[in-house]
Amino acid sequence: MSSEENLKQEDLLKVDYKPAAKDWQDPTIDFEAKRGNWCYSGVLDSLDYLDMPHPEKKWAPTDEDWLLPENWKEIILDGLRLRLDRFRTLRLFMDTCVRCGACADKCHFFIGSGDAKNMPVLRAELLRSVYRKEYTLAGKLMGKMVGARELTIPVLKEWFYYFYQCTECRRCSVFCPYGIDTAEITMLVRELLAEVGLSIDWIVTPVANSFRTGNHLGIQPHGFVDSMEFAADDLKDIIGMDVEVPINKKGAEILFIIPSADYFAEPHYYTLLGYMALFKEIGLDYTFSTFASEGGNFGLFHSHEMIKRLNAKTYEEAKRLGVRYILGGECGHMWRVYHQYMSTMQGEQSNLEVPKSPITGTVFENAKTTKMIHIAEFTADLIKHGKLKLDPSRNDHWTPTYHDSCNPARAMGLLEEPRYILQHCCNNFVEMPDNTIREKTFCCGSGAGLGTDENLEMRLRGGLPRGNAVKYAQDKYNANILLCMCAIDKATLPAVCDFWAPGVQVGGVHEMVGNALIMTGEEERKVDLRGQPLSGKEGAKDV
Amino acid sequence: MATFEWEDVKIEVDEDGFMEEPDVWNEKVALALASTEAVDELTEDHWKVVNYLRDYYKQFGIAPMIRKLCKQSGFTLKEIYDMFPSGPAKGACKVAGLPKPTGCV
Repeated sequence: MSSEENLKQEDLLKVDYKPAAKDWQDPTIDFEAKRGNWCYSGVLDSLDYLDMPHPEKKWAPTDEDWLLPENWKEIILDGLRLRLDRFRTLRLFMDTCVRCGACADKCHFFIGSGDAKNMPVLRAELLRSVYRKEYTLAGKLMGKMVGARELTIPVLKEWFYYFYQCTECRRCSVFCPYGIDTAEITMLVRELLAEVGLSIDWIVTPVANSFRTGNHLGIQPHGFVDSMEFAADDLKDIIGMDVEVPINKKGAEILFIIPSADYFAEPHYYTLLGYMALFKEIGLDYTFSTFASEGGNFGLFHSHEMIKRLNAKTYEEAKRLGVRYILGGECGHMWRVYHQYMSTMQGEQSNLEVPKSPITGTVFENAKTTKMIHIAEFTADLIKHGKLKLDPSRNDHWTPTYHDSCNPARAMGLLEEPRYILQHCCNNFVEMPDNTIREKTFCCGSGAGLGTDENLEMRLRGGLPRGNAVKYAQDKYNANILLCMCAIDKATLPAVCDFWAPGVQVGGVHEMVGNALIMTGEEERKVDLRGQPLSGKEGAKDV
Repeated sequence: MATFEWEDVKIEVDEDGFMEEPDVWNEKVALALASTEAVDELTEDHWKVVNYLRDYYKQFGIAPMIRKLCKQSGFTLKEIYDMFPSGPAKGACKVAGLPKPTGCV
């Protein structure tokens, strides 16, 4: 198995962009030789929990026999036909590509691997070739001559390999003159694969956990309370004041939903402390929920059906607790679901109100349909109205740069708000090169369920363009922290930075807010939320 | 699922070597699992971390927050990495027989 220790920068920098000598229509993949570039299959208990089809025993990509059901081909082709009818986008994406190549060099996985099948055009062609064979006259009559391929088991295995090498980041779509959304193609192929029992565990186990306990990690209500109370105590040690953390509080004005990694992992946790400090200072009437204890929705990486099943709890819990609207934390892909799927999937929510900031009175008309706003919008609005006292010098030990997490940037256009916040909370904020940020941001290389260790080589290859831009900011401006608004980023960018830009830490936007925020009645701040001494207070002891 | 054998220990493990049945964990199993984690010897400090994780797991069915583990065991994250090179979640939890944390971690 690949591990960071035996992967070397100089080896991964030797990327050969010359297409392989073999015919692109040849689907064979040597999974044994490609260890480090694919993920393990789904655990049976998790698949059972979700009523998903699976073989009698767990299979491995290196096995010759993937234990497919006898009628696998029929399932896939029927499933494809159904989806072509159901999703007009899919049929359009199958028919309209003109092979202009605008997307070819835009994918982080192609840039980092040189594998031609990681060019979005060719990735989509893996499905398109089968579509052409089955559903177009030219393909039926002329076959290979017009790029039509028979659906075979090696083709299916090739789908598994390459559609789990796409992070659904949608950078390629920004450059496509026809707006073809390769992420949607990936989503639909993954749906088809799941129907014949092919899925990856880093997706199905978080999904099963989320279905069972409300969050990816499987944290039960008493564990949730324990973690939140601990965080409140920890924050007290830094600010010298008690912090109340409302949980399942009926009648609160706002339900606050965050990714579960915020109350489990590092460096996510410091963002959690930042939210808590902010809400205390403005006296927000909010509540966490032990049921809606996850913003993330790995269903997005599995199937439309699964998105809907996991997403249902959001509005249900808002209704049960009787809140007015929902506020969401620093999660990436959850915003693709909330912003672009939720209101269609769950319908109009007449019991909720259009979000209105209780502090500034701003009405967030943009969230009129979903009744849910992003914390960056909320906080930027507070700053804009002069409602927060901020001391940016408390972040002087950081020279931050900002990684636009794919979904907040490309799925909801949240480009200015995080920057506005950071410019008010930090004195040393710097940017990476223009073609690597905002809507052209480069993915962390580990999203869409691919952030698992057995896939580390591919993650680091996919992380090369982002890592390279971080290195640029490090060399040019001495950037020492990469901030982002996504829990997958916070989990996986540390490995990318350690490998491509060693010395750069990873953190969240609201961690910087929490550091800079001058709180009424606070003790003199000597350390930041990480317990590190502030600039000029180096004599202070870690807490 | 694979069977992992070390001295007289025989347990079922997943692809990463995490225990499939955390309930059959005992101290000998911890030694067996440590041998896969580049941990040569389980010192008193190692046991402090492992026992804390076990106790928390019994109570909550999951590993504690990393920050909580550090603060309550008195070790910095770096010290935990020094003890368990794969880190608290993937190294220490594995030796303590806990399931692998999944999601955005």
